[in-house]
Amino acid sequence: MAEFKLPANSTYKMGKVWKAESSATNIKIFRIYRWNEDDGQNPVIMTYEVDLDKCGPMVLDALIKIKNEIDPTLTFRRSCREGVCGSCAMNIGGLNTLACTKAIKDYKGDVAIYPLPHMDVVKDLIPDMSHFYAQYASIKPWMQTQTPVPSGKERLQSVGERKKLDGLYECILCACCSTSCPSYWWNSDKYLGPAVLLQAYRWLVDSRDENTGERLDDLEDPFRLYRCHTIMNCANTCPKGLNPAKAIAEIKKMMIERQG
Amino acid sequence: MAKKERPISPHLQIYAWGGHMALSIFHRASGIALGAGTLLLIWWLGSLAMGEESYILFQTYMSSIYGKIVLFAFTTALMLHMCNGIRHLFWDAGKGFDLDATRRSNYLIFAGTVIFTAAIWLLGLGLIGGLS
Repeated sequence: MAEFKLPANSTYKMGKVWKAESSATNIKIFRIYRWNEDDGQNPVIMTYEVDLDKCGPMVLDALIKIKNEIDPTLTFRRSCREGVCGSCAMNIGGLNTLACTKAIKDYKGDVAIYPLPHMDVVKDLIPDMSHFYAQYASIKPWMQTQTPVPSGKERLQSVGERKKLDGLYECILCACCSTSCPSYWWNSDKYLGPAVLLQAYRWLVDSRDENTGERLDDLEDPFRLYRCHTIMNCANTCPKGLNPAKAIAEIKKMMIERQG
Repeated sequence: MAKKERPISPHLQIYAWGGHMALSIFHRASGIALGAGTLLLIWWLGSLAMGEESYILFQTYMSSIYGKIVLFAFTTALMLHMCNGIRHLFWDAGKGFDLDATRRSNYLIFAGTVIFTAAIWLLGLGLIGGLS
């Protein structure tokens, strides 16, 4: 049964307020979820006033400014700062997105920042991704073939066959979609979630992959695939503009079609 | 220093609601309501079978203001479940997944629910059409 409330060790209340310098005129308030395992306390929401006149345009710029100039203990993942690595995925203003590609000016009022929802928190904005990655590994995300490689050639694809991978190969596995999905919140132990299913479909439609049947067998399960109830949070939150819900629907269609 | 078990990050508490998410939970809620409401249908048929007296009793209850509220809720749930169910059929066929399309169908479902429910009640109360 789904647990809608947070357990006792996960409830949070407002914490410290970090004021901006009094000379600052263009202040934006960031409310950021903080937790670390060392002080033995529940999570708190800390408030940081940031002078936008001395800050880059993106939410990640503000986070880096806070870490560099206000509170060096603030902890978050980031790397490429251009929406390719997926490290800075977090919940900003109620929706999961990448801090690096989201502009601060897109938010009216205060900006609330939480880790990706319904995940075990390692520290502050860093969730434990190991289960997500294990689920990704479980769909065998590599090309599987039966036939020998054509001699002296690669396995070729027509333009049309390649086109089927558009809207799928762009996925950066940031987990924004999976952690936006209520089905995944309640059943992530068994349900694969939108990101991993989109990846599964990416191999199912790849004309060069020859293990389609076995892949479908692995997904034919009331939980692994069919926990998707088309809530559509995944497609609405994907920072790359992809549509995992549609990919999942296509897998369901393949399941029906192969029954003849 | 005391170490604590890792907390679960907030989810329902903080996630921004949208029409798609609301319709999904309404669909489930209306499905449950319709299941319970179908007992009324059984009562209706049962009272028919058991003769005039029990049928009059049913009529008295259902034409009271409380009965009408229950019936109104039942028809609203039925229309919502039907409209959203039609969208699910399109989705099952792999159609209508674009964000613009889902936004449009969100509105269509809400509008359809209101219009169909209103039409049923206006017809039923004899305010439009030939029924009375």
